Amino acid sequence: MKIMVCIKQVPAKDSTLRLTEDSTWIREQDLSYEINEPDAYALEEALRLKEKHGGEVVVCSVGPDRVQQVIREALAKGADRAIHLVADGGSRLDSYPAARLMAEAVRREGFDLICTGLQSDDLGFAQTGVVLAELLGLPHATIIMEVQAEDGRLKVKRELEGGWFQWVQMPLPALLTIQSGINKLRYATLKGIKQAKSKEIRRVIATELGLKAEELAGRQKLHRVYVPVKTKQTEFIDGSPKEAAAKLVEKLQRDARVL
Amino acid sequence: MEIAFKTQIPGGGFLIEERLPEEVFTPEDFTEQHRLIAETAEQFMRNEVLPRWEQIERQEPGLTPRLLRQAGELGLLSIDIPERYGGTEMDKVSSTIVVERFAQYASFLASHGAHSVIGTLPIVFFGNEEQKKKYLPRLATGELIAAYCLSEAEAGSDALSIRTRAVLSPDGKHYLLNGEKMWITNAGFADLFIVFAKVDGEKFSCFIVEKGFPGVATGAEEKKLGIKGSSTRTVILEDARVPAENLLGEVGRGHVVAFNILNVGRFRLAAGCIGGAKQALQHAAGYANQRRAFGKTIAQFGLIQEKLAEMATRIYAGECMIYRTAGLIDPLLAEAIPDSPAYGEQVRKAIEEYAVECSIDKVYCSEILDYVADECVQIYGGYGYHQDYPAERAYRDARINRIFEGTSEINRLLITGMLLKRAASGRLGLRAAIEGLFQGSPASGRSTEARSMEERSTEERNTEAASLLGTEKHLVAAVKKTALLVAGVAYQKFADSLADQQEITAAISDIVMEVFAMESALLRAGKMAARSGVQSSPQPIPDSGPQTVDDKTAHVLAMTRLFLHSRMDWVEQRARTVLAGAITGDALRRQLATLQQVTRREAVDTIALRRQIAARIIQKGKYAAG
Ligand SMILES: Cc1cc2nc3c(=O)[nH]c(=O)nc-3n(C[C@H](O)[C@H](O)[C@H](O)COP(=O)(O)OP(=O)(O)OC[C@H]3O[C@@H](n4cnc5c(N)ncnc54)[C@H](O)[C@@H]3O)c2cc1C
Repeated sequence: MKIMVCIKQVPAKDSTLRLTEDSTWIREQDLSYEINEPDAYALEEALRLKEKHGGEVVVCSVGPDRVQQVIREALAKGADRAIHLVADGGSRLDSYPAARLMAEAVRREGFDLICTGLQSDDLGFAQTGVVLAELLGLPHATIIMEVQAEDGRLKVKRELEGGWFQWVQMPLPALLTIQSGINKLRYATLKGIKQAKSKEIRRVIATELGLKAEELAGRQKLHRVYVPVKTKQTEFIDGSPKEAAAKLVEKLQRDARVL
Repeated sequence: MEIAFKTQIPGGGFLIEERLPEEVFTPEDFTEQHRLIAETAEQFMRNEVLPRWEQIERQEPGLTPRLLRQAGELGLLSIDIPERYGGTEMDKVSSTIVVERFAQYASFLASHGAHSVIGTLPIVFFGNEEQKKKYLPRLATGELIAAYCLSEAEAGSDALSIRTRAVLSPDGKHYLLNGEKMWITNAGFADLFIVFAKVDGEKFSCFIVEKGFPGVATGAEEKKLGIKGSSTRTVILEDARVPAENLLGEVGRGHVVAFNILNVGRFRLAAGCIGGAKQALQHAAGYANQRRAFGKTIAQFGLIQEKLAEMATRIYAGECMIYRTAGLIDPLLAEAIPDSPAYGEQVRKAIEEYAVECSIDKVYCSEILDYVADECVQIYGGYGYHQDYPAERAYRDARINRIFEGTSEINRLLITGMLLKRAASGRLGLRAAIEGLFQGSPASGRSTEARSMEERSTEERNTEAASLLGTEKHLVAAVKKTALLVAGVAYQKFADSLADQQEITAAISDIVMEVFAMESALLRAGKMAARSGVQSSPQPIPDSGPQTVDDKTAHVLAMTRLFLHSRMDWVEQRARTVLAGAITGDALRRQLATLQQVTRREAVDTIALRRQIAARIIQKGKYAAG
């Protein structure tokens, strides 16, 4: 099975976030980065499928040079080769241009399966995988909890709301967006880390893919980001103890949503 | 920036040569590969070891060996084993990185080190082809766990006085070993013992002893103050039958094995101390941020900030030292050819070259850890004295590091001793440097050097102060001169009997250690500053730190300043001890005057510096320069 995994580099979870002067993004120079969490599970799932069915795992990442960090990590964990789509401001691309770039770069590769994370930890659109599937004309399924591949077909378990699941059968080639926590992530072994050095990373310059600028332009604009202001409000509930208790429960359920 | 090593830097050379920032390795030079290794080691600790520390602390049977094997699967036991014997064969920077992460739990670090360093390296360095093929692949995976058996009840520091005997059987097929080894880390579950014994009671030698050989047994677990999760037992050899081919190295050359292994062990231990100290600082900073008293968090108090800043600053210096040392050893290691039979020898030589630096790192970093662990307890207050809080264990676990792998005393004696030996054999131009300092007439009044410093023009001083870290460069030059001054005076007085003057020798070592520490801190700061493009800044640096650099660089610059200025006070004190212990009367007065001129400096506001440093530690809740 020839599998591609799309991985995004996102600000590390323990970063201290500070805003840029114009308050339209976070200050990138203070950040350290890591692999987007659901993408790590997508990679793990792909590596397991390869171990079971043979084939190849190729990782693809869009972004500036620093995304080589997550590419190397994926190679160290066992991916066979990588495609780096060099694009400045890659982390701030909307889902559409990011998917568009990847579609152009990998169209001729003929992957049997493409796995992406369910969504990114930074922008959280949950659209890149779905758009990519559309652009490549592939069937897709989202929020995947389990993957079984047999006789050129897939059987996948999707997470629905309220503790419900759905099993779906689909043909290959296909695209899946993978949910976090569905498998146990492996460590990069030191041997793997050493071998990663000699694995191929194909650099594709975004601007050389022959796409028009307007096709890559964001469809949306961030006007302002801000740190939520913590406020403290005190509210007195009156009435008899019994009434007050009932009102309190209602408030905790409806307004505070902690019950 | 590439690391540009000028050919080979001689061991101990830091004392007499000047280095440029780009010549030292620093954590800012980590490659992507190094970062990935750090990540693997960190995750392994976080997911597998730390959640089980209480079971390990109780020495739950089989747990540590299992975790070691798991580490082995990831390649974390075999960084120093060549690939052809199943190892991962990586550089010293990589092993330093791993050790720092493993130090988050000292007992596990001790087990890991006893196995993968002092237990395994004797075979890597001194084993013959058969021995390497037989044992290394299984040591790499952790299938076999090793221990290093040198100490005995009556022979610790004085290791050459061991009583364990080995006698060759009449048919020459095996040795019979008799004796008892004490304090052996990993003894409870080790499969392989590297045992030192004297052949015929005279010739110091080394043997590979399998647990299953007849006549090998271990005693009960020792009841220790700290690192309680590591196994420490006696190893009892009663007519233990060891095949003749398990002699490691040559008969009568066992001390070469013993001492060379300790060089690596010391370096590694230093890295462990810095990792442990970072962990303690993180606990302390986290606690200071949440503990409230008098309506504030205690982190808001000046005296707590002072502690946090001082802890961070010393850790920073130690970190600079260990990675600089790794960076010294690695280029020499890179020249060793793994497939050649001389590989072990080449690697050993590379490490022996920097034995002085390894000893310095060991003493200095173990004392940093003790200081940091002690202040950690203090910041926790009463809760620091309770077993349910991490400060208590950190405090107990820290203590061993000043004792094993050569006590602080023994290493202090070694540092000056080895430097003098290197000087005598012509490998280090110490004598010329000292003579240069005195310009041929040591006792005749003030040295030319001191005069020239005094006479430096105002203009010269101004430009120096204006350039980044100019004053601090001057301090490093001054501490080097101080070291040469006191070494020269002491040597002139005591010559070859200097070793008998232990207090003086140790005081000289103290100053030598500061040279290495202060210069390492300065060079790293210089490298970082250059990278953020401020070196050419013509403006004097405001006390609040340069405005143009990123937060981390500003933090490092502040720590470097604080460190250099405050250590200089200590250097002066130690120098006075040496001078007053070596000479008297007019000669003493003259040399004290020289010392005063060499070390003359302006006072800096260390209170402001510490507050500035603490602010970042408090904000990050941890060591914030790594
Ligand atoms: C937990 C633990 C684990 C250990 N693990 C191992 C191991 O795996 N393998 C192994 O072989 N050993 C191991 N050791 C032993 C350790 O290396 C020794 O304890 C250490 O070398 C000190 O020796 P000693 O205890 O005999 O003290 P001594 O040598 O008796 O020293 C006592 C004091 O005298 C000082 N002193 C000694 N000689 C001099 C001198 N010439 N000049 C000035 N002062 C001097 C020392 O610095 C010390 O302060 C371990 C010890 C402990 C506690």
